[in-house]
Amino acid sequence: MADLGRAALVVSLGLAVYALVAGGYAAHFGRRRLAGSARNALVACFGSTLVAAVVLAAALVRHDFSFVYVASHTNRTLPKIYALTAFWGGQEGSLLLWLLVLSGYGALAVVLNRRLQDLVTWVVPVIGGIATFFAFVLVAVASPFDTQTAPVDGAGLTPSLQNPYMVAHPPMLYLGYVGLAVPFAFAAGAMLSGRTDERWIVATRRWTLAAWMFLGFGQILGAHWAYVEVGWGGYYAWDPVENAALMPWLAATAFLHSVMIQERKGMLKVWNMVLVALAFELSVFGTFLTRSGVVNSIHSFSKSPIGGWFLAFVVISSLFSLGLILWRLPLLKARTKLESAISREAAFLYNNLLLVALCLTVLWGVLFPIVTQLVTGETRTMGRPYYDFFLRAFGLPLLLLMGIGPLIAWRKTSVRALAKTLVWPVATSVVTGIVLVVIGSGSSSPGLIAYTFSAFVLGTIGLELVRGTRATGSLLTLVARNRRRYGGYVVHAAIVLLAIGIAGSSAYGTNREVKLRPGQSASVAGYTLTYTGVDPIRNDPNRTGEYAVLNVTGHWQGTLRSGSITYTGFQETDRDVGIKTDWLRAEDLYVIADFQNGSNVVFFDVLVKPLVNLIWVAAIIFVIGSLIALWPDAREQRRLATRFAPAHG
Amino acid sequence: MTIAIGAVLAVLAVLLVALPFLREPNARDDRIDQPTDADLRTAALVEERDRALAALKDLEFDHRTGKIADDDYRTLVPQLRQAAAAALKALPAVPASSLGTAQEEAD
Repeated sequence: MADLGRAALVVSLGLAVYALVAGGYAAHFGRRRLAGSARNALVACFGSTLVAAVVLAAALVRHDFSFVYVASHTNRTLPKIYALTAFWGGQEGSLLLWLLVLSGYGALAVVLNRRLQDLVTWVVPVIGGIATFFAFVLVAVASPFDTQTAPVDGAGLTPSLQNPYMVAHPPMLYLGYVGLAVPFAFAAGAMLSGRTDERWIVATRRWTLAAWMFLGFGQILGAHWAYVEVGWGGYYAWDPVENAALMPWLAATAFLHSVMIQERKGMLKVWNMVLVALAFELSVFGTFLTRSGVVNSIHSFSKSPIGGWFLAFVVISSLFSLGLILWRLPLLKARTKLESAISREAAFLYNNLLLVALCLTVLWGVLFPIVTQLVTGETRTMGRPYYDFFLRAFGLPLLLLMGIGPLIAWRKTSVRALAKTLVWPVATSVVTGIVLVVIGSGSSSPGLIAYTFSAFVLGTIGLELVRGTRATGSLLTLVARNRRRYGGYVVHAAIVLLAIGIAGSSAYGTNREVKLRPGQSASVAGYTLTYTGVDPIRNDPNRTGEYAVLNVTGHWQGTLRSGSITYTGFQETDRDVGIKTDWLRAEDLYVIADFQNGSNVVFFDVLVKPLVNLIWVAAIIFVIGSLIALWPDAREQRRLATRFAPAHG
Repeated sequence: MTIAIGAVLAVLAVLLVALPFLREPNARDDRIDQPTDADLRTAALVEERDRALAALKDLEFDHRTGKIADDDYRTLVPQLRQAAAAALKALPAVPASSLGTAQEEAD
């Protein structure tokens, strides 16, 4: 079956090259049938890539160790579901998933937008070009279909990947990363065709939003995975690969906001092109970081030969984007100007500057070890204080802007009108601040600022909903008439919960290390933990290890288990932390056990993390808000259908 | 078996790619419909009209929700109405359905 997989990938490569070359020729010389043929080649490329994917998935599930990839990432004791997730657990499988999602997205996007013929004709070769790169790497550099004489058993899946989150986290990120290729291809297509009006934005609005949602949700899933699995008590370590997912998300967030200014005012066309290209390039750069091994990361499983290819692709596609923007600069000039520094569009602009500043700061942090290695020969890394500093420096003003922005009118607002409308949200935040100081939460200035700003934003959202409902007569009508705006407010509420969760768990948490023998107790932040003994794992062919069992009294009563696990075929030991979530107290009791060889003493790291669960709640609200914004609006569809009709006959 | 599946896959791919030519082996007009200058002008005017109507709608909503002072509203309304009227006037040949939905936008 490996032959079939290889053949399918070669066919995919041929079809992608055809979409690029024939599509480019058809677009340039205006050949209708050839353009249709190139578009069909993208659809066929998806089909043949799907065949390759099915071959690999079948080999993984059947433990066909004649596939080098299957033998390297699975073994016989691995449960079926993890055998399947090994599809994206290794480099070659991940690249195949990239190509599968890209060709699927690309084919769907061009087919759904085929009525925009003159634009889509140029989009096809761009997607074909990206697909050509991935198909080439899969065929010539990192094939998942290399074969060998089948060994008796495989090497197994890296223990840290044997987790339910492995089912959803990487595919979500890929749906996000790859999804950003669609708006990029349409933006490039718009510039190539010389029609830089709003059509490409309207055609890709939902694609961008969906990719952004997947990327955002995937990151929070990853944060939760780190929290429950990695066992260091945190959820985000500013790891280069975590940052690699954050950067395109920040760029896409900026794009989603600034694009509204282009729609309303016809401004920021160049900026939007830059942002959409930046988001795409950063998503490819993220894959480069994950897979090249160029930086040390818990996600980089090995150094590989694909790094150079990816770097070349990032450089070439960046130069291509830059060249296109410079070429079409005269067409991208805005005909209107910002009317006032106190206006909704100005607020969006400030928000954009802060988001891009944060994105570039993170990028510099990621690149710093590579740059120092190249310049000084020594690798130096940016630590947590660097990132935390800039997160506060740019994140807190962003949070504040999230509250102020919706209260400002389009075009211009007088200071008097703004002051009047700010009264209630400001009062909410001041009262919140006073209450927090009174109850003793003033110990952390960043925490206090984050909470009061969060209260301000929530006050703003509440005020917007109340006033909007009054103006339209019903909340449902209000939301239905402008799903993008009110879906956006729900997303803002999610970001506020995220901020509260981060501030609460990092600024007001408790952390204590205790050494206990069986029968001994320790008290931490209102919990008393008594170590009762060890419970070893029995009758599990895939893993061995032991759990420390703790009886807990105080704020919560019950048993908590925190373990240390070794997976079959691997030397490294994984932690299985003990977590008790108390929704009423809005905090987690989090226990990490560190067993000592040959001793009955266990070191426990006990953490009490207030409000941390708001981060996970925020993820759900984020998805709900995104779905509201994504939901099709029949009125808008009708308006857009007629709007674009005259230019297409 | 593998070779047969591979061959079927390749044939299907070729058929799909060749489909536009198989459907119309002797197409009389093989050119892509490129918008004429008039189309582009109309599209720009439609975009302008939609922006003007949306701006008017936003102004009304911002005023009703207290984001814009009465004085500012009174100054801006005639300007935006004028702009919207000019944009509508500049579109003599737009299909009625477009104007209908534009009206819906202004509601």
